[in-house]
Amino acid sequence: MLCDICKKKKATVHLTEIVDDQMTEMHLCEECAHQKSLQMEQQFGLADLLAGLSDFGKQVKDQQDVILECKNCATTYDDFKKLGRLGCSECYSTFKDHLGILLKKIHGSNRHYGKAPQNLSKFEKSKNDVLRDLRHQLEQAVINEHYERAAELRDQIRDLEKGGEGAS
Amino acid sequence: MKLDDLIHHTGEWLKGTGPHSNIVMSSRVRLARNLSGLPFPNRANKKMLIDILNRIEQTFNQIDYFKNSIVFHMSELDNIDKQFLIERHLMSHDHATMTEGKALVISHEEILSVMINEEDHIRMQVMQSGLNLMETFKIIDMIDNFLSEKLPYAYLPNWGYLTACPTNTGTAMRGSVMLHLPALVMTKQINKVLAAIAKLSFATRGFYGEGTQARGNFYQISNQVSLGHSEEDIIQNINGLIGQVIEQEEQARQALLVQNRPLLEDKIFRSLGILRNAYIISSQETIELLSMVRLGIDLGIIKDINSPAVNELLIIIQPAHLQKIEGKKLSATARDTKRASIIREKLSGG
Repeated sequence: MLCDICKKKKATVHLTEIVDDQMTEMHLCEECAHQKSLQMEQQFGLADLLAGLSDFGKQVKDQQDVILECKNCATTYDDFKKLGRLGCSECYSTFKDHLGILLKKIHGSNRHYGKAPQNLSKFEKSKNDVLRDLRHQLEQAVINEHYERAAELRDQIRDLEKGGEGAS
Repeated sequence: MKLDDLIHHTGEWLKGTGPHSNIVMSSRVRLARNLSGLPFPNRANKKMLIDILNRIEQTFNQIDYFKNSIVFHMSELDNIDKQFLIERHLMSHDHATMTEGKALVISHEEILSVMINEEDHIRMQVMQSGLNLMETFKIIDMIDNFLSEKLPYAYLPNWGYLTACPTNTGTAMRGSVMLHLPALVMTKQINKVLAAIAKLSFATRGFYGEGTQARGNFYQISNQVSLGHSEEDIIQNINGLIGQVIEQEEQARQALLVQNRPLLEDKIFRSLGILRNAYIISSQETIELLSMVRLGIDLGIIKDINSPAVNELLIIIQPAHLQKIEGKKLSATARDTKRASIIREKLSGG
């Protein structure tokens, strides 16, 4: 069977499409199928999913007249909604209000608890940030009656206040 | 070492050892990293991509760990070579398209592979045999630390590692485990298990990666969430879940043995019989039959074949591997013949 689109190569991919309740079958070669899948992705893909997730109603409306654009790579928030990809690390700062909400929706949290790069000079966590964080965690641990964890946190805070180096 | 030399080896992750290797084929940890301030690959032009690639390659050259590694520039490889690397689970399909400024670095014994300029500037993965996620993480963590001493990673303390897609932000880590679950499939419990996994925010894929269907009862399970938990916590969560799936599969295997032993033995030996005697065979059929043979080995029903041999076959019966072994382009029919001949040779018993 030959490909329905190019009519040259052998069809190896069989696609069933349903448009307005009409079912159509297509038989495509690998190359045309790849093209077709790119088209479909543009119509309906991760980008839509992300845009759906990032539809914050009122908050977006409030900012409608301001076009958010990254100064570093010229990606706009609209670009991000279409492509589902950010343009560079600076985009995270430019779109921080939107992304904060989006990250929370995707991951259920918008706070990183994992590792940090060895060479953090550029983004060095300020000591105050760390202390604030630890104090918050300590509060939570006490509320949840996780006393062992609370004791650990208390010690970490004490060390840091004395001038010890970074807590993890 | 050249690409062709890889044909004569199998990856470390296929050796069939490690905890629960009767059910867990391999463990894999992937980290995504980007360079601060530089455009992500989707936003970078050709010159920028090449600059980024050069910079990362130069850094690799300064790190001892990469001493014996091989670098492939995607634009210099032909289609069969690229397919070959995908089949070995060393890179993604996406990495084989729009190849300008893209490269793949493979460490000694294929333990580590790094895609440069795929969706993120750096996507590295470590694979190990059996259920070994924490150890796998420790290896990649060490390499990541080497790199982060020399490269300015895109990172924010509150959001972690910054990635092109926000679904990876945070730890930018994906831990995944390849499971062989024939008994759950045969006892028709698999859909229940997969539904439960999906509810817990884990993703399930087939043996051949993203967008593939499960074939031959192989399922790959990985975390979806990358922010809000430490790397170790994410791994412990996966381990907890995998532990339960393993238990379910063990129970289903025992139930099959007790209730249906003759039927099971029949299915296993028929599968082996076809593999040992076929002269033309498709990859789909091969994978399904190999799954049964693997089960036979795990249950002690087949004694004259070992599981690394089956693992190796799962990789080398794929189209690009067959063509690399033969040293020329093969038609689909010629591949089916070549495949059967390799299988007969590898499973000849003795």
